[in-house]
Amino acid sequence: MENVLSFIIFLPAVAALVLALFLRGDDAVAQLNAKRLALFATVITFLISLFVIAQFDPSNTGFQMVEQAEWIMGLQYKMGVDGISVLFVMLTTFLMPLVIWSTWDMKVRVKEYMIAFLLLETLMLGVFCALDLMLFYVFFEAGLIPMFLIIGIWGGANRIYASFKFFLYTFLGSVLMLVAMIAMYMDAGTTDIVALMAHEFSTDTFSVLGVQVVGGMQMLAFLAFFASFAVKMPMWPVHTWLPDAHVQAPTAGSVVLAAILLKMGGYGFLRFSIPMFPVASHMMADIVLWMSAIAIVYTSLVALVQSDMKKLIAYSSVAHMGYVTAGIFSLNQQGVDGAIFQMISHGFISGALFLSVGVIYDRMHTREIDAYGGLVNRMPAYALVFMFFTMANVGLPGTSGFVGEFLTLMGMFQANTWVAMIATTGVILSAAYALWLYRRVVMGELIKESLKTIKDLTPREKWIIAPLVAMTLLLGIYPSLVTDIIGPSVEALLHNYNAALPTETVAAAVTH
Amino acid sequence: MTSADFQIVLPEFLLAVYSLAALLFAVYTGKDKTARLITWTTAAAFVLAAVIIASRASGANVAFNGMFVDDAFARFAKVGILLAGATVLVMSQDYMKKHDMLKFEFPIIVALSTIGMMVMVSAGDLMALYMGLELMSLALYVIASFRRDSVRSSEAGLKYFVLGSLSSGLLLYGASLTYGFAGTTNFAGILSVVQNDAPLGVLFGLVFMITGMAFKVSAVPFHMWTPDVYEGAPTPVTAFFATAPKLAAMALFARVLHDAFGGISTEWSQIVSLIAVASMFLGAVAGIGQTDIKRLMAYSSISHMGFALIGVASGTVVGVQAALIYMAIYVVMNIGTFAFIMTMERDGQPVTEIKALNRYWQVSPTKALAVLFLMFSLAGVPPMVGFFGKLAVLQAAVAADMTWLAFAGVIASVIGAFYYLRIVYYMFFGSDVEPLDNPKGGVANVAVLVVGVVMLVGIINLFGVDTMAMTAAEALVR
Repeated sequence: MENVLSFIIFLPAVAALVLALFLRGDDAVAQLNAKRLALFATVITFLISLFVIAQFDPSNTGFQMVEQAEWIMGLQYKMGVDGISVLFVMLTTFLMPLVIWSTWDMKVRVKEYMIAFLLLETLMLGVFCALDLMLFYVFFEAGLIPMFLIIGIWGGANRIYASFKFFLYTFLGSVLMLVAMIAMYMDAGTTDIVALMAHEFSTDTFSVLGVQVVGGMQMLAFLAFFASFAVKMPMWPVHTWLPDAHVQAPTAGSVVLAAILLKMGGYGFLRFSIPMFPVASHMMADIVLWMSAIAIVYTSLVALVQSDMKKLIAYSSVAHMGYVTAGIFSLNQQGVDGAIFQMISHGFISGALFLSVGVIYDRMHTREIDAYGGLVNRMPAYALVFMFFTMANVGLPGTSGFVGEFLTLMGMFQANTWVAMIATTGVILSAAYALWLYRRVVMGELIKESLKTIKDLTPREKWIIAPLVAMTLLLGIYPSLVTDIIGPSVEALLHNYNAALPTETVAAAVTH
Repeated sequence: MTSADFQIVLPEFLLAVYSLAALLFAVYTGKDKTARLITWTTAAAFVLAAVIIASRASGANVAFNGMFVDDAFARFAKVGILLAGATVLVMSQDYMKKHDMLKFEFPIIVALSTIGMMVMVSAGDLMALYMGLELMSLALYVIASFRRDSVRSSEAGLKYFVLGSLSSGLLLYGASLTYGFAGTTNFAGILSVVQNDAPLGVLFGLVFMITGMAFKVSAVPFHMWTPDVYEGAPTPVTAFFATAPKLAAMALFARVLHDAFGGISTEWSQIVSLIAVASMFLGAVAGIGQTDIKRLMAYSSISHMGFALIGVASGTVVGVQAALIYMAIYVVMNIGTFAFIMTMERDGQPVTEIKALNRYWQVSPTKALAVLFLMFSLAGVPPMVGFFGKLAVLQAAVAADMTWLAFAGVIASVIGAFYYLRIVYYMFFGSDVEPLDNPKGGVANVAVLVVGVVMLVGIINLFGVDTMAMTAAEALVR
């Protein structure tokens, strides 16, 4: 299987095409067929992706399973995975069947909904596998289209505002990256990511409109990429699109958004910013660390006062992404390992949390925290699951959330003790908002009349949540599963980063 | 006129003979009853001419002592113009028939204006340039007011005529200044005289000529006529305005700047980049408030012209190549969009209000999907073909050390994305209103779907347009 990556990337798209061309009608039978085909395609994609991880050799820090072909305008079609990207591919293929299955009760324009998710899977996998700058950009941007439609067509009451904000916000971030990408292409003469990692971009100071740009081209390109990835992550203060998008998106959309789409930002930092602009990364690391610390504390505080469950979890996502950016820009093994771990683990946990909210939203059609209370009396299984993921979100030892937070904090501590100290308060704050949410929704007496007939988890819902519980526990107890795969690649990344820093820059930064 | 010269202008000559013959035929036989026949034969003649031109050997041929140049650049533009013209003619018939405008004059006037465009892009001399330009423009003034009983249409024609002749006057004034100071009207002659330091008179002439050409491509600040003419003219006419003449004018722009004034590219590059930036931003910002889809497309085309001008402004081979790729993609996108606008109707009356598109996906899911592709392509969102046009011009700008221009371009494209998204929003997320009708059959419906598919399939190899544009650009920029 030489083309295994292309195969898993385009299999969902082919399924979407089949749905679009050959499935007629909108009755119950056609809807069920659409769901079945989508589920089938995503499951097959997952099974084939198991080959990828089985074939993957963690000790090889280069790109594996590489495919290459000429494309238009001097660009190329090049795919491959390394230790950093392979787990994101797995995360995507693992979550998509669950996401599709979670929409089984969907009744409005089911065929189109399935098509949108299948295309989204293709585009997300493309982002994580692309080894050509422009190919990456094409997948990165194209993902906006299905997500825009998912929020806009199947979203909540205020979906139009949310979908436009989502699209334009992220579009603005990315076009700046596009200009930087073109400039890199002109400078290096290639769009091959592997070649660009080896290319040294100039750091000579020059002036733009009379302003001295310290760090030269690297700095400008870094800032342009930063604009894109920071919006995507999202980092404070450009996170404001996320709560709107999450609240308005349908449950499955929220799950994909939180679990996978947000990870593209972190992946981008690791794939582009650090290996290609090491000097600029070094110069900006402190600022990013502080921004992350602010993000963790500020968004945790904002999460405390939310009255909408989805919004609360959305802000909690922003806070957790703060650990990721801080971990990445600690620029040491623990920090970067922890950041990747945190992204994978947050994929499971936030996905499960949004699914949990979806469970009670499907029953009560409200996300207001005040509308609930005492659910434990009628929904014991749900209370257990929600408890588990609340604890994982807080970072209870034994769950994967703990490993991610602990590793990133360790990395931060080595890079900047003050940032680590402030970020640690985020752990306490996250316990505060998460447990308080749990207390208000699940605990207490069941006094609300409307809740008296609410039903516990259906077997289907249990089966969707079960793999997520298993993964969260597994990674919490045996984190080497992840760190063994990412470790060598991260080590190589940091080795190249340190080698690329000229000694005088380091000295200047220290005296600075 | 030697036979060698005659060989070179053969396609133009044949088309001219054909138009006059068709005119005589129609007048002496069934008049408007022959309209459908003439439409088809004209389209066929266009395609035939395109095939002849495309199959010609490579290299440059000069006719009439340098008046007329037939090089790869001209051939690229001509094939594009002819195919765009043929498509618009064919897809307009049903609309024309339905709204009682199926007259035999329309294809013939379009053919005449197309001959003008072909002369224009092949011009090797200021005289040939002006002749071609005027032949094109006069024909366009007539078809702008093609719907004689409509005040709107007559107003559009008059407005276009008055402003168009003003710009022609400016161009002519610029041409005479250039002639006066350079001593020749021949492009090659001007190029050899005007190197590095140009006399002030030539610079003035250049500025006036740029003004005239900017009017024809509807670049800011000479864009005022565009929204009114687009809105007032019958939709098929607007479809024609938005495609072939724009491509011809852009090609002429590149030809004059490179062939005649290539020696002073630093002088015009600044002017053209300013025009480009102003067009991109005005087109993007002013389109936001529009309620009429034809006016919206007018602002959209202003913005797109700005992008294509980035390629011209960079003054390099890749720049010209980028501008040509951009224009080719732009023409295809506009054909699709206007084909769709032609099918927008309610109770047999054409509708151009954007709000009428509410919930259009219920009317025709496939067409709505095709328009979705078109809108994202116009906005320049990957993976649609429109993105690669933008990518080409941005690359040209960065390669020519004009990164600021690329930067301005991407910001404008984000602003412009809003109004394309708004159309998607009405079609897919909108509230219920009285739905539009969905006329069955017809070439326009097919055109929408085909172009919609092209937007996505085109990314595989751009149908080879990028390599053809490269050959064309290399022929122009030496």
